[in-house]
Amino acid sequence: MQSGTFHTSYASDMALRPYWIQRLRIVIVLIALLIFPWFADRYWLNLANTIAIAAIGAIGLNILVGYTGQISIGHGGFLAVGAYTAGLMAVRLDMPMWITIPVASCFTALVGAFFGLPSVRLKGLYLAIATLAAQEIIIWLLTHGKLLGIGESLSLPRAANNLFGMPLADLGNNDFVFYWITVGCLILTVIFVSNLFRSRTGRAFVAIRDQDIAAQVIGVDLFRYKLLAFAASSFFAGLAGALTAHYRGIISWERFTIDTSILYLAMIIIGGLGSVSGSIYGAAFMTLLPALLSNLARAVSGFVPDINAYLPYIQQGAFGLAIILFLIFEPEGIVKMWRNVKDYFRLWPFSY
Amino acid sequence: MTKSNGASPPRPQLEIDGVSLDFGGVRALSNVHFNVYPGTIQAIIGPNGAGKTSLLNCISGLYRPQHGAIRFEGRNIVGMAPHHIARLGIARSFQNIELFRHMTVLDNLMLGRHIHMRSGILSGGIYWGRAQREEIAHREVVERVIDLLEIQSIRKKVVGALPYGLQKRVELGRALAMSPRLLLLDEPMAGMNSEEKEDMARFILDVNEEWGATIVLIEHDMGVVMDISDRVAVLEFGQLIADGTPDEVRSDPKVIDAYLGREHAIRQER
Ligand SMILES: Nc1ncnc2c1ncn2[C@@H]1O[C@H](COP(=O)(O)OP(=O)(O)OP(=O)(O)O)[C@@H](O)[C@H]1O
Ligand SMILES: [Mg+2]
Repeated sequence: MQSGTFHTSYASDMALRPYWIQRLRIVIVLIALLIFPWFADRYWLNLANTIAIAAIGAIGLNILVGYTGQISIGHGGFLAVGAYTAGLMAVRLDMPMWITIPVASCFTALVGAFFGLPSVRLKGLYLAIATLAAQEIIIWLLTHGKLLGIGESLSLPRAANNLFGMPLADLGNNDFVFYWITVGCLILTVIFVSNLFRSRTGRAFVAIRDQDIAAQVIGVDLFRYKLLAFAASSFFAGLAGALTAHYRGIISWERFTIDTSILYLAMIIIGGLGSVSGSIYGAAFMTLLPALLSNLARAVSGFVPDINAYLPYIQQGAFGLAIILFLIFEPEGIVKMWRNVKDYFRLWPFSY
Repeated sequence: MTKSNGASPPRPQLEIDGVSLDFGGVRALSNVHFNVYPGTIQAIIGPNGAGKTSLLNCISGLYRPQHGAIRFEGRNIVGMAPHHIARLGIARSFQNIELFRHMTVLDNLMLGRHIHMRSGILSGGIYWGRAQREEIAHREVVERVIDLLEIQSIRKKVVGALPYGLQKRVELGRALAMSPRLLLLDEPMAGMNSEEKEDMARFILDVNEEWGATIVLIEHDMGVVMDISDRVAVLEFGQLIADGTPDEVRSDPKVIDAYLGREHAIRQER
C-alpha cells in the first residue's frame, strides 16, 4: 500500500512498525495511556483495568485459536487456574503478588499444556469438546473445593498486594495503582506476542493453522508446537486470572464458567482472529458495551422505571446481537474495520 | 557433475527397497524397488492412480508402507515422523499446492528455514538479540532463493492471492529454502502453459546443478521428463514396470505398451 519508503537493511525491513506514521500513532497511544489515570475517576480506572486484564486474556486465547487454529472453550477454566493459584499462594503461603503472579502464570501454562494433549489427535469440534471437558473439570475441582480447602469464594489478604515489600495501598487508591500494573502487563504482553509472531515459533503456529500437513513436511513437530501453543495461551490466561485475583481481592468460581470462555471467544471474533490489536479492541468492546448499556438504563430510568430489572437481559441480548452483526457484516472483526478507515484516509482525497 | 558415466556406480542416496502399501484392500504400491543416485534427476512416471504420489508420501513419512524399507543415505526412514525426515534433508512439493495461504511469500519461505533455525518461544518473544540475528541470517538465504526463482516483486504478497503458476513457484521456493539434499517434486508443472513449464524446468536444472540437490520428479509431460532426467522409473497399478535411462525406458516394450503406447494411441486418435 504505502509507497516511497525503501528499506535499506533486513532489520528495518522486518521491523514491527516500519512506517513513521505507525510509530507516531504508538507514541500518541502511549502518551494517552500515561495521561489518562491522572484525569480519570475510579469508575473509568476500573473500566480501564478490566479492559487491560481482559485484553491480556484475549491475546492469550487468540494465540491458540486465531493464530494456531486450535479451538478452545476452556479459557475460563484456565483463567480460574491463574486466579486460584495466585489466591491460594497469597492466602496460605503469605506470598506477595510479585511472586504469586508469575508463578500462577507459569503453573497455568503447564495445566494448559496438559489439557492440550488431546489436540494431538483431535481437531475442530472434537477438540472443542475436549477443551470443554477441561473447563468443567477445573470448575468441578473448585466447587468441590474441600480438596483444596476453599469455600464459595476466596478473599486475598491486602498485604499480598505489595511490590518488593512496598504496600500498594501507600501509593494511591487501588484502581489507580493497579492501572499501572495491568496496563504495564498488557504492554509487555503485546510486545512479547507481536515479536513471537514475527519469529520462528510464531510462524510455526500459523503454519499449523494454515496447512498442518505441509507444516510437518517442512519440519514442524506438530505435537510439540500444539502443546506449546496451549502453554503460551494459558500462560496469558493465568496472568489475566492472577491479576484479577489481586485487583479484586476476592474470587469465586462463578466468574470463570463456560460463559466466560464464550465471552473471550466473542472478544477475539469481534476484535479480529489472529490479531493482537484485534484482541484489545474486542476486549474493550465487550467491556464497554454492558457499561454503556447500564449508563443508558440509568439515564432513562426516570421514564422507564422497570428498566433496571430488564438490564441483564438487555445486556445479554446486546452481546448476542453484536456477535451476529459482526459475523454477518465484518467477520474479520474490528481490526478490519479500522484498517478500512486507515486505507480510506491514506488515499484521501483520492479515495475511490 | 558427472552422471551415469562412471565405472563403479556410486552408493545410492535413496533406496526404495521392496515397498508395499495397502489402503484396506486397495494395493497402491506393491514391492517397488529402485535406487536414486546422488546429484541426479530421477523421474517417476505412470498413468493416473499408478501410486506415484503414494510413493512420495511414503518417502516423506506421511504414509507408512506395510512392507519394505526406504533408506536415505543408508538409514531406514520408514516409521519416522515427517518432521524428523525433513530434518534429515528431504524436502518436497505437493501435487495440489499446500502453501500457508494466509502468510506472505517471505513467511512461507522463512518457514522453509524452520529446521535450520534454533530460537524458541522465549527468545522469539523477546526478539532483540538472538532471534533477530537469526532472522536476518536466514533472511539472506531466503533472498537467494527469491533471486533464483525470480519472485522478488511478490515477496510481501499474501500467497493465497497469487496466480496458480506463481504459487507453484513459491512452493518450490519453500522446499528450496530448506536447503535439502533430496528434493521430491510432485507434478511441479501440472496445469502450466509451455512458457511457465520452461521456466520451471530451468529452475529445476539450476537447483540440481548449482546446489547439487538430488531430485525426484513426478511429471506427466513426457517431453520434459525425457529432456531433463537422468533416470526414469515407471509405475503402473502400483508396480514398477521399468527403471533406467530415458532412452532405455522409451524403448522398453512394457512401457510402450502400458503408458507411452497408450498416449501415442490417444494422440493418433485425435
Ligand atoms: N489416502 C488414501 N486412502 C485410500 N486410497 C488412497 C489414498 N491415497 C491414494 N490412494 C489410492 O492409491 C492409488 C494410487 O494413488 P496415487 O495418488 O498415489 O496415484 P498417482 O500415481 O499419484 O496418480 P495421479 O497421476 O492421478 O496423481 C489410487 O488407487 C488411490 O485411490
Ligand atoms: Mg499423484
